[in-house]
Amino acid sequence: MTLVAFWFLVLTVLWVGFLVLDGFDFGVGMLHGVVGRDERGRSAVISTIGPLWDANEVWLIVATAGTFAAFPGWYATMFSGFYPVVLLVLAALILRGVAFEFRSHSESDRGRRLWGAALTGGSLLVPFGLGIVLGGLLGGVPIDSDQEFVGDLGDLLAPYALATGVTLVLLCLVQGATFLTLRTGGAALHARARRAARVLAPVVALVVLGFCTWTRVESGNGFLLSFIELAAVLAAIAAAVLVHGGREGAAFAATSVTITAVVLSLFTELYPRVMVSSLGAANDLTAQNTAAASYSLTVMTVVLAVLLPVVLLYQAWTYVVFRGRVRGPRVDDGGPGPDIPAPRREQVAAGGAPSGDEPAEPTSPATTARAVDRRRSPGPLPVRRLATGALTLLWAWLLSQDVPAGRPPRSR
Amino acid sequence: MSTVDLARMQFAGTSIYHFLFVPLTIGLAFITALLQTRWHRTDAPEYLRLTKFFGTLLVINVAVGVVTGLVQEFQFGMNWSGYSRFVGDVFGAPLAMEGLAAFFLESTFLALWVFGWNRLSRRVHLATIWAVAAGGVLSAAFIMAANSWMQNPVGYTINSAGRAQLTSIGAVLTNPVFLRSFVHVLLASLITAAVVMLGISAWHLRRGSHAAAFDRSARIALAIIVPATMLNLLVGSELGVTEGKFQPMKIAAAEAQWQSCQPCSFSLFQIGGGADDHDPTKILQVPHLLSLLATNHWDGPVAGMDELQAQYEQQYGPGDYVPNVFVQYWSMRVMAYLGSLVLMIGLWGLWRRKKLADSRLFLRVAVWMIPVPFVINTAGWVLTENGRQPWIVQGLQKTQDAVSASVGTTAVVVSLIVFFVLYGVLALVDWGLMARFARRELAEAPPAEDRAEEPDLAPSY
Repeated sequence: MTLVAFWFLVLTVLWVGFLVLDGFDFGVGMLHGVVGRDERGRSAVISTIGPLWDANEVWLIVATAGTFAAFPGWYATMFSGFYPVVLLVLAALILRGVAFEFRSHSESDRGRRLWGAALTGGSLLVPFGLGIVLGGLLGGVPIDSDQEFVGDLGDLLAPYALATGVTLVLLCLVQGATFLTLRTGGAALHARARRAARVLAPVVALVVLGFCTWTRVESGNGFLLSFIELAAVLAAIAAAVLVHGGREGAAFAATSVTITAVVLSLFTELYPRVMVSSLGAANDLTAQNTAAASYSLTVMTVVLAVLLPVVLLYQAWTYVVFRGRVRGPRVDDGGPGPDIPAPRREQVAAGGAPSGDEPAEPTSPATTARAVDRRRSPGPLPVRRLATGALTLLWAWLLSQDVPAGRPPRSR
Repeated sequence: MSTVDLARMQFAGTSIYHFLFVPLTIGLAFITALLQTRWHRTDAPEYLRLTKFFGTLLVINVAVGVVTGLVQEFQFGMNWSGYSRFVGDVFGAPLAMEGLAAFFLESTFLALWVFGWNRLSRRVHLATIWAVAAGGVLSAAFIMAANSWMQNPVGYTINSAGRAQLTSIGAVLTNPVFLRSFVHVLLASLITAAVVMLGISAWHLRRGSHAAAFDRSARIALAIIVPATMLNLLVGSELGVTEGKFQPMKIAAAEAQWQSCQPCSFSLFQIGGGADDHDPTKILQVPHLLSLLATNHWDGPVAGMDELQAQYEQQYGPGDYVPNVFVQYWSMRVMAYLGSLVLMIGLWGLWRRKKLADSRLFLRVAVWMIPVPFVINTAGWVLTENGRQPWIVQGLQKTQDAVSASVGTTAVVVSLIVFFVLYGVLALVDWGLMARFARRELAEAPPAEDRAEEPDLAPSY
């Protein structure tokens, strides 16, 4: 495999990672009003993705920056060409991104409703807009021989591109619904999440079948689905069956596979092109004619090989830490953290193993005194230490300077 | 107004706005980590209170910092596709590395920190906030490496298609401009967060609320401000010398020095000195200071803009190679004078450190200092980016050749309005939240929240 092909694969993987992971965030964002119903429910629903969404969004940033680094020509034409759509996506990402924080800090119902609406709208428009972009890559937009986009808004909103947008929105919806069936506790909330999944899954299966066929036709390969498109359709059908059978974990896996396969099919039908030109195949942007030079790609490959496994490890760890169903909303407004004064490990240590009916806190004066002893006193402020460090640095820096010629020290 | 001007306005506006939040969050992450470490070590409840207090301010600002950073990631392709095509091979790599190395780290561990208080052990939880701080530093490193390449391109070759092509990532990461500007930005971030911390602490000290805790935080802030400002004035002037070597026009314009001179004096103020006035009235000149600042030599020569203009015309063909001198001259002075002011205030506070709560005047001044570091940061960026004009990449590509050919004026105007409105709303809400939380009392006990427990939502496993 050439480096250029490898980087096309890397970008495909990044897009898959983004749409599978942030996909359920978008789904939950769109559904939080429906499944949550009242304020407590909405808070609980949002809490299921509270610790996860921000890191999931980074997949999109890395995919974008990776395109810039590996395929500068593609990056330049795609974002300048799809300008109004990208603007819409950015506005939606901004609204969704701040909605989490601003909503949780809102003091009024009106404020919470407003930022809740921003969350819903933002979560809807991001996959829709990105779908228009991804569909446009394959469906084709006017690109001239200088790799410049020469069309207008109408060329961007082609039927196939719009269909891709709608499909992505639906995929995110069902992904969010199956995610919620896994992560919500409490009978009423869980029942509403299941109902949403049950309604959505069959619809999505039909839409995926239709969309995959259209993708096949759009790329000029007839009606017969490829292996990957077939996998997408089968996974979508499996998801519908599993949702109705109450197999929540398997259903979430199936919707994830559906998204993966749909995105893979888009990119495999695209390759080796990266942007189809509607003005003739000669003007197509290809991986080869937009790629960075091999030195750059090699550097990026090394960096990716070192960092991506680490990233995957700690992201996986986050999912382990925040596993389990959500029972209550996120931390209170007073900020996260243990109660103050905090339960201290020294207290337990000093008080010995707490006996069965005795509270863990040390009660006798002796143990209290010992607990205080064990605790180190607040100590002096690090003013002196910090200042000494800085002055040392200053001194070292001055020493490293060669005394400038023509500037005799203190002679004038 | 041309598309280039509008696109420049958009990039400048969104970057400056983004950079209001960036230094604050980089610095606050470090300060929060410092406070939590002290809590971890001493178990003093004040440190836990302060950790939560400043941690909340950090989280609110990260939200805005992240979404405004997103825009930057796409904007190179949207408005500057000529630039993206020309330099993507070199410039894209640090951006992608930033995403992989810094953004994942920052976002993942910030979530672990916010939501992990009762799920992670104290030691691991402390490690998460340090990981956030490290993510911020890494992010600054990659962005400054990318930016420094625009000021002083290194480690590249121009290929047969006329595009810049990376030949040495090592050279890009050891660019002399990068090493200095990176430290300069990190110190500026620390100062920004520390001045905000000092101001908020001073506000509470004046009201006498939680005097013990806020006395501590004010003194920690002072212990950061004074050495960091001293160092940064030095690093900054060193950066000036380095940039003067590669971008003499930038330094000459910052001093409104039209004629070459040796030795050169530094004017504290001047009247006039714009594009049409080559002989400004300089007031209060300090002899030899400009030579010293620009070259590190007592009698160092500084090439004037007229000479540089002639030299560039010979080298690059006819054109105007002089940046906006008025902006350049005053952004330099705003940055340097206000920076020195921060140092003075810091020294004042350090002198009064034992009786801060009684120094009413100092406390009042400290509160009013809060906006100052943001003005300094903005002036610093204006100085370095305006000084690079008309180039987008010094000596390689002009800004006017970098814009997207396919993007019309209407599109840029619309996006300018969209960002203006959105950012305005964000600023209002963020400011409101900051003001509300900064004025809040420190948490005494867990507040009894009505939505803290939901029996309907009991865990099922």
